[in-house]
Amino acid sequence: MARAIPGGGLVKGLGVTITTFFKTVFMPGKYLATINYPVEKETPVPRARGVIALDQDACTVCMLCARQCPDWCIYIEGHKEELPPATPGGRIKVRSKLDRFDIDYALCMYCGICVEVCPFDALFWTPEYEYSEPKMGAMLHDMDRLQGWLETVPDPPGLEK
Amino acid sequence: MDAVVEIFGNPWVSLAGKVLLVALIVPLSAMVLGFAEMKVSAKMQSRVGPYFAGGRWGWAQLIADGVKFFQKEDIVPDDADQPVFKAAPIIVLMGTVALLVVIPFGPGLIFQDLSVGIFYALAISSISTIGVLMAGWSSANKYSLMGGLRAAGQLIAYELPLVLAVVGSVIMAGTMSMGGIVQAQIDAGFPFVVVQFIGFGIFMVAALAELTRIPFDMPIAESELVMGYVTEYSGFRFLFFFLAEYANMFTMSAIAATLFLGGYWLPFVPESTLDYAGPFILIGKVLVLTFGMIWFRWTFPRFREDQLQTLAWKWLIPLALANIAVTAVLKVVL
Repeated sequence: MARAIPGGGLVKGLGVTITTFFKTVFMPGKYLATINYPVEKETPVPRARGVIALDQDACTVCMLCARQCPDWCIYIEGHKEELPPATPGGRIKVRSKLDRFDIDYALCMYCGICVEVCPFDALFWTPEYEYSEPKMGAMLHDMDRLQGWLETVPDPPGLEK
Repeated sequence: MDAVVEIFGNPWVSLAGKVLLVALIVPLSAMVLGFAEMKVSAKMQSRVGPYFAGGRWGWAQLIADGVKFFQKEDIVPDDADQPVFKAAPIIVLMGTVALLVVIPFGPGLIFQDLSVGIFYALAISSISTIGVLMAGWSSANKYSLMGGLRAAGQLIAYELPLVLAVVGSVIMAGTMSMGGIVQAQIDAGFPFVVVQFIGFGIFMVAALAELTRIPFDMPIAESELVMGYVTEYSGFRFLFFFLAEYANMFTMSAIAATLFLGGYWLPFVPESTLDYAGPFILIGKVLVLTFGMIWFRWTFPRFREDQLQTLAWKWLIPLALANIAVTAVLKVVL
């Protein structure tokens, strides 16, 4: 094995940075790794963890997501609603009705445990990411806003063959 | 030149003009180099760098940063040694400003051509070491103290190779005056780096260490010491350290350019034009050297403390001494 020249690594390192420098200066279109964000927008990958959407109709107020949340950033309140029995004289039906479902994105750490744990497919990841706010309080998304994110949920990936 | 001499004939007017000029060069050079650092580092990492400040290329980024520093609160820790804490950044910046006095920008364009110019420059650059020590000691913070101690160890270790590297050039020129050294290179017809390349290399490495820039940034190592001796500084006092760092890049490069690269002189440029072309030639050389400093910074990782001391004491100092001995012998023989 040939002995490495002392200091050869230093020169090699300098070569890497200067090559990158000239590549970026003269061919930014090809070698630039970043974009000018507010002017140009990046297209996130379909399954990016941008924001969590809520399907209110699917939610059964089981509280599993709120209990599993490591940051305790999900606030859920609900009540029972009694529906008339299906047949006269039968037992009355009981439905859980969602009163409040808030996610505080100032606390959320985007672990996705709530999405994983939801047994009724009421929570979804969507790749939207532009919801920063000047005030921290506005980072608390209520259930209607979370419902609104539902439109941006991408189609689930196709089944494996 | 005569017209300039007439206007500035009055010693007070001339003094005021010189002070104003020095006071302008420091922030101006710091801003240009700071901006260059941002942009060059960005390109080396396939990024754009500052882009929106000032409308185009982000040219106003450093001005915006300066305004931001003005607005910040001037915090002095309760336990800090107040007068020392407040004086430290001023002393650090003062060392930088004083260095500019002996840099020749042209045949007559030097604030004061001292007969011991380079000696003065090396002596005055050690003043900033004291400022750094004061900052580290007075902050009443363990990170600052550790940073100050490391700075003391590093700056003293690298002061020696810095001085010894210069001696070769001084022997060749036969004078310590900065103007005289450039004149000696003009008379010799070649910049001293042709012969003194070892001295030049040692000087640049030691200068990097004196500037506490990566790869020699143990005193302000973010990962271990937060920001070392500047941890407790905020606002305008922090800006002083920032200005001093980047203005020092300029002055150190200017001294290296003067001693080894022919200063304001370039081969094949007629001497009669040096009065006007001199400053541009010198600044051009400084920009090349500072680009090298930025290039080094964004390529190499930080040294370990013992590696740093080994490099100074076991390699650079003996090498510089050998360089002096060989230069001296050749000077007498040839």
